[in-house]
Amino acid sequence: MAILATYAALLASAILIARLPLGGVLLRAMVVLPFSLTFALISWLVGEPQRALALVEKSYLSTVGVLLLAGITPLPLLLGGLERLGTPRLLVLVAQFLYRYLFVLSEQAQHMRLAAACRQGGAQHRQRSRFRAATGALAVLFARSYERAEGIHQAMQARGFSQRFSLLRATPFGAGDGMFVLVVTAFLVLVRLG
Amino acid sequence: MTPFMDVPAPLIEVRDLYFQYEDGTQALEAVNFTLQPGETVALLGANGSGKTTFVLQLNGVLRGQGSITVCGLPMTKQTLPRIRSKIGMVFQDSDEQLFMPTVLEDVAFGPLNHGMPEEKAIAQAKLALDRAGLADVWNRAPYHLSAGEKRRVALAGVLAMEPEILVLDEPTTFLDPPAERNLLQLLQELPQAKLIVTHNVRLAASLASRAVFFEKGRLVASGSVDEIVRRFEWTYSDLPLADLRYSAQRRF
Repeated sequence: MAILATYAALLASAILIARLPLGGVLLRAMVVLPFSLTFALISWLVGEPQRALALVEKSYLSTVGVLLLAGITPLPLLLGGLERLGTPRLLVLVAQFLYRYLFVLSEQAQHMRLAAACRQGGAQHRQRSRFRAATGALAVLFARSYERAEGIHQAMQARGFSQRFSLLRATPFGAGDGMFVLVVTAFLVLVRLG
Repeated sequence: MTPFMDVPAPLIEVRDLYFQYEDGTQALEAVNFTLQPGETVALLGANGSGKTTFVLQLNGVLRGQGSITVCGLPMTKQTLPRIRSKIGMVFQDSDEQLFMPTVLEDVAFGPLNHGMPEEKAIAQAKLALDRAGLADVWNRAPYHLSAGEKRRVALAGVLAMEPEILVLDEPTTFLDPPAERNLLQLLQELPQAKLIVTHNVRLAASLASRAVFFEKGRLVASGSVDEIVRRFEWTYSDLPLADLRYSAQRRF
């Protein structure tokens, strides 16, 4: 319990130092609760309340940690780092493409929603017709994404892509990074032992 | 036939090209086309007439029947990598062309694929960005750029491969007038032979030395931009072409 409190304090101070909104991060991290609470409930019912509590706390703190990382590290750097740490390159590439086209896709979805709203007029529309419009939009979005993927592949081929990705070297691992890893690891070990 | 000394070999030579899409649509039929060094040719024609399909044949992204020779290299599986390094293609949708996390990585993508060592690829990419007037955006994510900047990054990504031929598919779509003007000026300064797919007659008139016209998958005419535009009534208004023509250098 004390250990988790120390972790929480560490995360909270890191969030404050990074000047992220503490309340916002804590609120957003709650997204994990429906899942972890379900499993906690099961643990509770089978008679392991300690475990149930730990499950909720740990999953919540992990989510806060993920949000902190995502909030202060630009994704290209994060992916470069992951690759350096030995994450399979294919996985890194998929994440990279996903991130790149997520924006394009969501922008397109926004446009479609707007266009649909314009044509639906101001009248109260029934849920049913809205649902139908949404499913139609989803289908179009899927087809469009597929086409886009083909377009991207063509553009890659046009610039000489042949199955193998030649990427620029990931960000170098400097003395500062080494120091950071050392301090954080030492801290965690101390918390764990103490 | 012996070639004359003063007649340079064509950069692109296409003979009897046919192409059918998988769904059976005949997209290209008996297309013959030649691009000479230093030429800039505008490809005009209705939507769906086969212009984009045609240019995708030139670097082997789509493969039809017929013969294609690029810079003296006949199109085969073996010559494909070399042909792709000679033809730089700028696509209509920049979002499809700019897929790397940062501008610099994207521009270096082509040179790296062609086996250039990393240091040199970076230098080359920076040079190309400089050439496209984008020296200060190299570290940005392509998504955050304006349409005009994206188009120029796409062009830089192609210039970094030092191509001998530039193929531009609708280079001015989505651009506001100043961005279009900038791009036009940049294109005028580039020494490469160019193929430009476009509906923009003003662009064609100010860049191209020749135009060809596509109709239902066939290349039906070749001539000066004026001739082609007049013959097919290819304008948005009744204005004579002289009024539509503009110079990229002219100040607005």
